Amino acid sequence: MEKKTQVIEVDRSRYDFRYEEDESEYLESGLTPEIVKAISEEKNDPEWMREFRLRSLETYLRTPMVNWGPEISGLDVDKIVTYIRQKSRMNTDWNEVPEDIKETFEKLGIPQAERESLAGVGAQYDSELVYHNVREEVAQSGVVYTDLESAMHDPVYAEIIKKHFMKLVPPTDHKFAALHGAVWSGGSFVYVPKTVHLEIPLQSYFRLNAKGAGQFEHTLIILEEGAYLHFIEGCSAPKYYEAALHAGCVELYVGKGAKLRYSTIENWSKNMYNLNTKRALVEEGGTIEWVSGSFGSHVSYLYPMSILNGRNARAEFTGITFAGEGQNLDTGAKIIHNAPDTSSYMSTKSISKSGGVSTFRSAVVVKENAHGSKSSVNCESLMLDRISRSDTVPVMDIRTKHCDIGHEAKIGRISDETVFYLMSRGLSEEQARAMIVRGFADNVSKELPLEYAVEMNNLIGLEMNGSIG
Amino acid sequence: MPLFPMYERIDIMSELLKIEGLSASAEDTEILHGVTLGVGEGETHVIMGHNGAGKSTLGSVIMGSPEYRITDGRIFFGGEDITELSTDKRAKLGLFISFQNPIEIPGITLAEFLRNALEEVTGKRMKLWDFKKKLYAAMELLEMDKSYADRDLNVGFSGGEKKKSEILQLLILEPKLAILDETDSGLDVDAVKTVSKGIEEYKKRTGGALIVITHNTKILEALTVDRTHILSAGKIAAEGGAELVDEVIENGFERFSGKE
Repeated sequence: MEKKTQVIEVDRSRYDFRYEEDESEYLESGLTPEIVKAISEEKNDPEWMREFRLRSLETYLRTPMVNWGPEISGLDVDKIVTYIRQKSRMNTDWNEVPEDIKETFEKLGIPQAERESLAGVGAQYDSELVYHNVREEVAQSGVVYTDLESAMHDPVYAEIIKKHFMKLVPPTDHKFAALHGAVWSGGSFVYVPKTVHLEIPLQSYFRLNAKGAGQFEHTLIILEEGAYLHFIEGCSAPKYYEAALHAGCVELYVGKGAKLRYSTIENWSKNMYNLNTKRALVEEGGTIEWVSGSFGSHVSYLYPMSILNGRNARAEFTGITFAGEGQNLDTGAKIIHNAPDTSSYMSTKSISKSGGVSTFRSAVVVKENAHGSKSSVNCESLMLDRISRSDTVPVMDIRTKHCDIGHEAKIGRISDETVFYLMSRGLSEEQARAMIVRGFADNVSKELPLEYAVEMNNLIGLEMNGSIG
Repeated sequence: MPLFPMYERIDIMSELLKIEGLSASAEDTEILHGVTLGVGEGETHVIMGHNGAGKSTLGSVIMGSPEYRITDGRIFFGGEDITELSTDKRAKLGLFISFQNPIEIPGITLAEFLRNALEEVTGKRMKLWDFKKKLYAAMELLEMDKSYADRDLNVGFSGGEKKKSEILQLLILEPKLAILDETDSGLDVDAVKTVSKGIEEYKKRTGGALIVITHNTKILEALTVDRTHILSAGKIAAEGGAELVDEVIENGFERFSGKE
């Protein structure tokens, strides 16, 4: 198949449109037990969840602010609206979704994607899911794809959720995990039974429409032994001047011999603080594959963690980060080798432009018992001008001699010679640079489903547009 | 000031490429000192000279390399003053250079790159099927395996493959004038033959002009040389017909450099 080769100009308005929200739908901003109780009330939480939220709030209040990464002093959590009431209940029929919300997702191409290439779709608008649906045959195979709130009241799944919810990412992990535990809302629950292979992906799309608000969706995915799933996550928000916060949480349980592919294209608006926590626990012979594209947000802290907990468990992480003007994106991955013969492979690309800061931060931990393990970390950075910045902070904590660890880092700029070469064949300077950047990102776009690869190329084109002079 | 500027202009237009008193520097060192040279449509010119005489610099400056600064003189192509023109616009006018050290571009396949380049120089996007046909035919001529079309541009290519890739680009882009900067250097006898076949095909099909920068005669065997220029220390030291090439091969540059 011929790949998309042209840099298509993308109309930013595709993401920037927004609808006025009704002030009465807001819960008060700030964080008090009263607010948290009100959220719990709204959501009709079971008792254990209400207590969980209140305990998380206490943890949040006594945990100091993060002080090691990009500046987040512009984020005043007390001013963030943590919960926005929904105008309608969650629907499984697209026609029932309120008009303005429906239009939002239609502009983002979600219903079309569902018709064409997905096994199921969830769409979250601000705090709540507005739509969730899976294809008939998928449901029949025993796959569950629903919102966490309803699953918590399901006689079969209530216990599973209680057993797994925030066990991989406990609220004590860091301040924003605690915040998440207190005010989380929306997200997805996916359960794939033993040996069920879902050939086409499930997708969740998160849209934060309200201004000065936070989104705290929780994604919990459980794959039983030998199951296979590809889950895709997309996010976007229109641009406001008030800071917005995304502190979602993703917990993935990959059973014995199961394989989960988790793809994300994140394009939050550039006033977003993206402090998201993602973690996967992989059992014997299981595989987690992360594909992660970070283009949006003002500040990001994002390091998906894979815990390889059984012999022969595998993790693969492929990521790209593109930091433009005013963006400080601190991204990477963590791998914990906690069993013998486990392997991990990390390959990341980062691009910085127009003063953007891109930091790659990784940690590979090989425990004493993880003999025979292999890990390979490869990161490449490209700085497009002299005012941009790129840092690499790889950490390796190796506790056994019997393992094979490799690390490679490259930081570079586009040489005049390379641009000259392409220009001598008729490409303008801008086209030449865009082509070099697209080539640089190619190994990531190859990992994405076609529509997303096109989308990513468009985003690169958009970022590269007007980058000369 | 010429008395009749109009006539001066007509004189320039009769030649495809006209270089007048060209001086150029890299950083603060002047490398070319007043080079004057003209290439007519369809002609084949050879540039020879010692290493460091400024041959590659001349080629790069004609193409508009940012590495050099023109300090004096003008370059005209097809009657148009291109001295200040950006490299891509020169390419669109029909100029081409085969690089001595072709650049590797990871993540972009040879076919993808070339289809884009062709679209830029012709202003038309060729149908994929037609493009592939054209590409594969040229690759066959150059004895390149088809799989190279889907490999990243020049990445991991051997020296010979890189040169073939340059000539492949020449055959697809069909410029009016191509500068071949030591295309034959570092190639074994068979590879020189193959590359020469490609150059011959370009001449035959398009009737385009050539400036061949070389140390050897092998690559010239299949070509009719119209003019030879000997470059020495950034200046044209001698000019002549095809016979000059043989003289240089036989006696070296001594006669022209005045140094030895």
